[in-house]
Amino acid sequence: MSMKTRRGLFIAACLLPGLALFLLFKVYPTIQIFQKSLYLWTGVGDEPKFIGLQNFVDMFHDDVFLLALRNTGFLMLVVPVLTLLIALVNASLLTQSKLKERGFYRTVFFFPSILSFVVIAILWSFIYHPTMGFVNSGLELLGLGDWAMAWLGDQRTVLWALAVTLIWQAAGYYMVMYMAGIDGISPDLYEAAGLDGATRIQQFFHITIPMLWEIIRVTIIFSINGVLTISFVIVSVMTAGGPDRHSEVVMTYLYSQAFTNSNFGYAMAIGVFIFIISLLLALISNKLTERGSH
Amino acid sequence: MSAYSASLQSGRKSSGGAVGRLLVRLFLIVQALIVVYPLLWNVIASLKTNAEVMESPWSFPTTLNWDNYVRAFTTAKIGDYMLNSVLVVAMSMTVLLLAAIPTAYVLGRMRFRGRSFLTNFYMAGLFIGGVYIIVPLFIMMNDLSMLDNRFWLSAVYATGSLPFSVFLLTGFMKSIPHDFEEAAMIDGCGYFGTLFKVIMPMARPGIITLIVFSFFDFWNEYVLAMTFITDDAKKTIPIGLSNLMQIQQYATDWGSLFAGLVIVLVPTIAVYALLQKKLTEGMMLGGVKG
Repeated sequence: MSMKTRRGLFIAACLLPGLALFLLFKVYPTIQIFQKSLYLWTGVGDEPKFIGLQNFVDMFHDDVFLLALRNTGFLMLVVPVLTLLIALVNASLLTQSKLKERGFYRTVFFFPSILSFVVIAILWSFIYHPTMGFVNSGLELLGLGDWAMAWLGDQRTVLWALAVTLIWQAAGYYMVMYMAGIDGISPDLYEAAGLDGATRIQQFFHITIPMLWEIIRVTIIFSINGVLTISFVIVSVMTAGGPDRHSEVVMTYLYSQAFTNSNFGYAMAIGVFIFIISLLLALISNKLTERGSH
Repeated sequence: MSAYSASLQSGRKSSGGAVGRLLVRLFLIVQALIVVYPLLWNVIASLKTNAEVMESPWSFPTTLNWDNYVRAFTTAKIGDYMLNSVLVVAMSMTVLLLAAIPTAYVLGRMRFRGRSFLTNFYMAGLFIGGVYIIVPLFIMMNDLSMLDNRFWLSAVYATGSLPFSVFLLTGFMKSIPHDFEEAAMIDGCGYFGTLFKVIMPMARPGIITLIVFSFFDFWNEYVLAMTFITDDAKKTIPIGLSNLMQIQQYATDWGSLFAGLVIVLVPTIAVYALLQKKLTEGMMLGGVKG
């Protein structure tokens, strides 16, 4: 066997296991959702029937889907903004203030991001529990018992309650990312700014944020996509879409269309739609945050 | 936020520095409490009786009800779920490493036709999340009789992590100087010998980072496990817990649910305590500088 064929065989042997998995469990299903989103397909034994773009047309006459889309949009807007803001403030506080216990806070704040989403969802269901939860009984202790309510059972509060859980889960993760970034900024910059009389707030806006801008751009996209996936688990454990569908998100709706109603074609069309929307959002956010337009 | 800006303003005057520090500390301590208190409350609740749980979230148990933990293992079968999770994590990790390391090595260090195409092909996989493709994946696995099988679940997990892993490791592989390989080749190591004996030890920091990250992903995964496993004896911990939660709403045995949560938290906390530094270091490698 010549050197060249041996090299070729080695390359093939190295690539094969990965490619086989990737093609089977990732590429093929991805092709399938695009293709089968054009079919009426209602069950494993059912023969798919081509209906063109009808599934996509139906989507916009489906009130529950539209409500789920609105709820998801709310979470995708509110959660990343607040999460990243809190993360940025904490990161710059921890790196700038040079507190001795900085490592402790970093460890504690990061911890929720490695917890199982199911554990988080169960814990927060009890935090919001109307009678046993400590949000309500805390309010009573403070003499604000009138404010107590079924946070997850009321359509006015349910989305905010879920948003708080999502922020609690993710803020520490992004904080650690930002801390790494801030550590990479030259201390001379802050020193020079300090000598020129810039306040800490001015330094935050004129040094920290511009220097971290590339990282912030990436985290915006991470965070938007994170909301999409994590909201599925949080919603299905905490509210199951209730009350009266007011916390239904697109992912839970896709799932129930597929596995409760066996509307496979329709569910895949929803999948395609969300996929395209999230790509568009990533592109838009990239465009909006480009240097120069900032 | 207001505490923060207040502290910054006082930080401007050097005499107000101490006040500023105090405010910063206060702000951070409040946040730390918000993170830690729910977990602490969970531990306390796991030692209460049902009546005590329902009574008040602030009270302490009068006696320590270890019985909750016994029931979590016997009636709720947390131990069995945990064993399944360990098995699935181990299999997923093996499959992932077997697929990702050779791929990253070849993509990172060898020149051949199609290399940049394959690299981009894997990159595109970063955008395809699990839930989008769950329907066709389910149908395909049903056709191939792969459902209700812990190995195939693990293979799907490994594939899910593959694009990111290849991306992370390729970077590491590129940073290893080429001299090492040439020396190994001259010494008569074959291609595989070079990969296993020379390259893998040098890429160890990257591989460890990968293992740490994937551990939490595999251990915590919920949606795929819920969909692909129906036999109760094969279910993993997250599914077991959410079932338990649904059952307990009718059976109202809160104590054993909280005990179950604690049992799941303990290994997570242990692994976290051990690997905390690796984890946050890894985030800088993979998440930011990549």
